[in-house]
Amino acid sequence: MKQKYAVFDHTADLGVEIYGKDEKELFSNAAHALFDIMTDINIVYPKTERDIRVEGSGLEDLMVNFLREILYLFNGEGLSLHNFLVSEMDSYHIKGTVRGEKIDPDRHCLNMEVKAVTYHRAEVKKGSHGWTARVIFDV
Amino acid sequence: MAGLHGLFLMSEIKIERLDENRWIVPPTGGMRVPGMIYSSDKMTGGIGTDESLKQVANVAHLPGIINYSFAMPDMHWGYGFPIGGVAAFDMKEGVISPGGVGYDINCGVRAITTRLSSSDIKGRMDNLVTALFRDIPSGVGSKGDLKLSIKEEKKVLREGARWAVKNGYGFPEDLVTTEDGGKMEGAEPECLSERALERGRAQLGTLGSGNHFLEIEIVEEIFDEKRALAFGLEPDQVVVVIHSGSRGLGYQVCDDFLARMVKHINKLDFPLPDRQLACAYLASHEGKEYYAAMACAANYAWANRQLLMHRTRQTFEKTLGISPRELGMSLLYDVSHNIAKFEEFPVEGKNRKVCIHRKGATRAFPPGHYALPDRYRATGQPVLIPGDMGTGSYILAGAETAFTDTFGSTCHGAGRVMSRSKAIKASKGRSIRSEMAERGVCVMATGKRTLLEEIPEAYKKVDEVVDVVHRAGLSKKVARLRAVGCIKG
Repeated sequence: MKQKYAVFDHTADLGVEIYGKDEKELFSNAAHALFDIMTDINIVYPKTERDIRVEGSGLEDLMVNFLREILYLFNGEGLSLHNFLVSEMDSYHIKGTVRGEKIDPDRHCLNMEVKAVTYHRAEVKKGSHGWTARVIFDV
Repeated sequence: MAGLHGLFLMSEIKIERLDENRWIVPPTGGMRVPGMIYSSDKMTGGIGTDESLKQVANVAHLPGIINYSFAMPDMHWGYGFPIGGVAAFDMKEGVISPGGVGYDINCGVRAITTRLSSSDIKGRMDNLVTALFRDIPSGVGSKGDLKLSIKEEKKVLREGARWAVKNGYGFPEDLVTTEDGGKMEGAEPECLSERALERGRAQLGTLGSGNHFLEIEIVEEIFDEKRALAFGLEPDQVVVVIHSGSRGLGYQVCDDFLARMVKHINKLDFPLPDRQLACAYLASHEGKEYYAAMACAANYAWANRQLLMHRTRQTFEKTLGISPRELGMSLLYDVSHNIAKFEEFPVEGKNRKVCIHRKGATRAFPPGHYALPDRYRATGQPVLIPGDMGTGSYILAGAETAFTDTFGSTCHGAGRVMSRSKAIKASKGRSIRSEMAERGVCVMATGKRTLLEEIPEAYKKVDEVVDVVHRAGLSKKVARLRAVGCIKG
């Protein structure tokens, strides 16, 4: 399977570079990256789902807001997620569904706390081989 | 990944040395004031090796900034403001910025003295650390025993540590030795989002993860006997140091307001060099709302540290089988190191109320300051500087130079020099727990990666950081403590 994301170094924080063949896959992979960093994504079952609708002033802003929303489901609602489906999107809106389950401390291992998704140097770009995004997480 | 290099070019900011401990960033472009960096030749990581220098210059662009954009010797990259950044703003023309406070609003440190000496806990360290680890919830998203109703939570947000004491978690004298009495005025819970309130309900009395910790330490060296005596410190004494903050509630407040302010960047009448510096005029509706919400998070953090101390007292008594009197746990002081506050300082010969941002910086009021309790009026405010994991802490006293030069501010800790992923690579194949045990520190952590990320070499040496502020006269060394037990999230 094609690589969904890579982590790069940033002194006190964690940078993530995300790849996708199109914008929808890029956003889906971004959500995957966030959860893959925080938990062991392979042992999360799709027991429950949530609809996501997010707006932004452009693709970068949309990416940050989308990840902020996804992160809240973890931090606020205690959900661990692993399946991210983007149904509709343009540069200012995104709609989709995420699936996962309530965090079970006995079964789910939590690797790292992500405090926030930052606006710092957020980037979304189309290249010759598809889309790339960069986001820095405050950890 | 060649494409990434552009992101992390070496800083191109020019700096000029002023004296042994200070460097100036002369104003260029839109900088309204110079930058002022406290550091030393010896400092690991040095000056200008990362983007933090650029951030010192960026902060100097903000309207209403007074005198300098400061950076303390433990400076490292943050978003917007550098960590270790200090900036004061005019009340009328100045701004307030969530990035100048940080996500963990009122992250801070409290040091608690005891009547115990190292021999009283000799051979009991494993028991104590295990018991503390069991009794004090820690780790990612950990929940406490309290599940507050929204109504009760709002009381916490208004009252801070006073709520905790009123509800039996500690004693009135604990409030006397907490910065601002553990309560920030102007808190308005109605300014918080439902999400922030929801995240706060179950996390009061929890330590958190990452660099937060609870440490058992021993007074190793006294530098200033008179002040040590006034602080209740003596050689070989057991002291507990707690580092924690406002947990998910604080992160959510910062996140909510950053998003709001980023949206309005284009409406500001000045250009911002970095989106993460999103801010609002102090006098604006948005600025006032952020302040009121931040004050709630600050109060939450003070209540949180008060609860953590209360639980620590109980665990020590139970584990060692001693009475509260024999244990004699007494709060030396509690300081905030991520906050924006209204305080008075001499500016151009006149006393002036300003909005001081301290992001990874500690208040260090000098002897005689009216905000200090009688106990510390003659000594200056106790300043608590934790080191990296298992190293121990410094206890300093606020000094006059900080008051006149840096708006009553000094450093806050060791300061990271190695990214978390580099630290994990560097610790590959090592048992950090055994390494710490060999150094005489019993460590327990919830997250499997926490110990790897927090290895001592990932931080600047706290001794060097403290030496700079001591030499520069921002605060004076009183005592050095050595860690013997540590729990982490």
